Amino acid sequence: MAIAEIQGQSTEDVRPPVRLFRNLNAKIASIPMIMTAVFVFIGCTVWTIVHSFTKSRLLPKLDFVGLDQYERLWGTRRWLVSIENLAIYGICSLVLSLVIGFTLAALLDRKIRFENTFRTILLYPFALSFIVTGLVWQWILNPDFGIQSVVRGWGWESFTFDPLYNPDIVIFGILIAGIWQGSGFIMVVMLAGLRGIDEEIWKAARVDGIPTWKTYIFVVIPMMRPVFVTALVLITSGIVKVYDLVVAQTSGGPGIASEVPAKYVYDKMFQAQNLGQGFAASTMMLLSVVIILIPWAYLEFGGKKRG
Amino acid sequence: MADTTAQNGSEPWGPKPRKRFSRKNIMLYGTLLMVSIYYALPLYVMIVTSLKGMPEIRMGNVFGPPMEITFEPWVKAWAEACTGINCDGLSRGFWNSVRILVPSVILSIAVASVNGYALANWKFKGADVFFTILILGAFIPYQVMIYPIVILLRELGLYGGLWGLVLVHTIFGMPILTLLFRNYFTAMPEELFKAARVDGAGFWGIYFRIMLPMSLPIFVVAMILQVTGIWNDFLFGVIYTKPDLYPMTVQLNNIVNSVQGVKEYNVNMAATLLTGLVPLVIYFASGKLFVRGIAAGAVKG
Repeated sequence: MAIAEIQGQSTEDVRPPVRLFRNLNAKIASIPMIMTAVFVFIGCTVWTIVHSFTKSRLLPKLDFVGLDQYERLWGTRRWLVSIENLAIYGICSLVLSLVIGFTLAALLDRKIRFENTFRTILLYPFALSFIVTGLVWQWILNPDFGIQSVVRGWGWESFTFDPLYNPDIVIFGILIAGIWQGSGFIMVVMLAGLRGIDEEIWKAARVDGIPTWKTYIFVVIPMMRPVFVTALVLITSGIVKVYDLVVAQTSGGPGIASEVPAKYVYDKMFQAQNLGQGFAASTMMLLSVVIILIPWAYLEFGGKKRG
Repeated sequence: MADTTAQNGSEPWGPKPRKRFSRKNIMLYGTLLMVSIYYALPLYVMIVTSLKGMPEIRMGNVFGPPMEITFEPWVKAWAEACTGINCDGLSRGFWNSVRILVPSVILSIAVASVNGYALANWKFKGADVFFTILILGAFIPYQVMIYPIVILLRELGLYGGLWGLVLVHTIFGMPILTLLFRNYFTAMPEELFKAARVDGAGFWGIYFRIMLPMSLPIFVVAMILQVTGIWNDFLFGVIYTKPDLYPMTVQLNNIVNSVQGVKEYNVNMAATLLTGLVPLVIYFASGKLFVRGIAAGAVKG
């Protein structure tokens, strides 16, 4: 039976096969991928970029106005606040996630007991949605019932800790929640990297009498460069998208003090009926990702080809 | 003779045991314990707040355990909490989420696994180009693509409905899942595939009779990844569905952050905990597989 089929195939192969139909099933199976890649990832992105140069308002129209939308965007205070917030949130969360993630991973890697229990506790926030995260921290940071009132209850009457109600520090209130949610994930990535370090390195360092902390800083961290780069890319691509957390925790308030670019885009597109602004703002978000991504792609893939 | 008794344990042998209560160890465990308490605190606060009555919350301490345990907030959050004019609680959102989740998970995994299999074993010319676009596409902020997708869905007649959202989840789940499956199938021994080819099995035959049964663990990993991801989604739910189809996260946000009425913090926390329960149960039940799932995104392809 099997032989007959193979023979049947080989007689078919005598005819010059139509190239398009070779390996047809695999091509059919890849149709969703091809459609997604071409129509959604390329098509929709190009569509948005093109329309960011038009004066679309309620409906997308191809009335080109050059860079007007971008000029207006960079003249809007709300956008500037969003960018500033994203920069503060981004830099702090990048540094803190890397430091906390690496420190926790290093602690867990010291061959301790109950490693699984600790890891389970440190990682569970990552399973929760940003909405849940935001709402819990909104409650904990509530000045009338949360941390502030508890500390005041201990007798420190003038203690003030109300980040969600103070426009100057509201972004740090969001940062606390963001770090709580995401640092466990970075820890897991780092732990996987630490487990990949050869045991011999540790032995050699111990023989040479190098203190543990020095081994980490001067030997292990430089060896883990690729892991750090991966973590960096993961954190930054998450930062640009930050949206739900702000919506749940503060809805952008007080006032516009905790607005972020993703929220600006959503509000302009679906609430303010100012599509052109939404398109211009989202194109700026794309641009920032591209600026971060290109050096990474160059390091990762450009280096591989040479080596 | 003396040597054997020494070996049997009267003399110390083997590596020197480390002291359990050295200063270093106390520091180590102390730090980890403190950090764990900080991480566990919000879950604890959610639980205790949701079990208190409102008078107790007004009096006191968010961290204190409830003096009188009441399950009323849970009942209220599930069946009575209001969003706008609807007062049938979070249960509506829960069932919406389930109705979105089941087809989205099945469809996205089916599409991505077949696609990953085609990329691993039946590579055709140009496949890598599309795959690279797909992976790079995962880094494009969703905000760039959401509006054109609204138009596409409207043209297809799917905008505002359940299937439109299912399609969106399938599309945006595709990069990571395809990568996951492609890597897994590539790592499988090639002899297996060749033997099946010699026996005359075709594309689908090999997939269903060999690849599928042999790769159940990776399907479980993909499922964990998708269930938590789709359940936790907010942005797509709020954009691509109508209010009566809102998933649980969107409804939760509407309940808690609605401005009208007296704030009932215990009901809010019960609702929050209810929404977080599905991913939490999956997380605690799946253990190492969850870690594998999220780490799959970190491994470069």
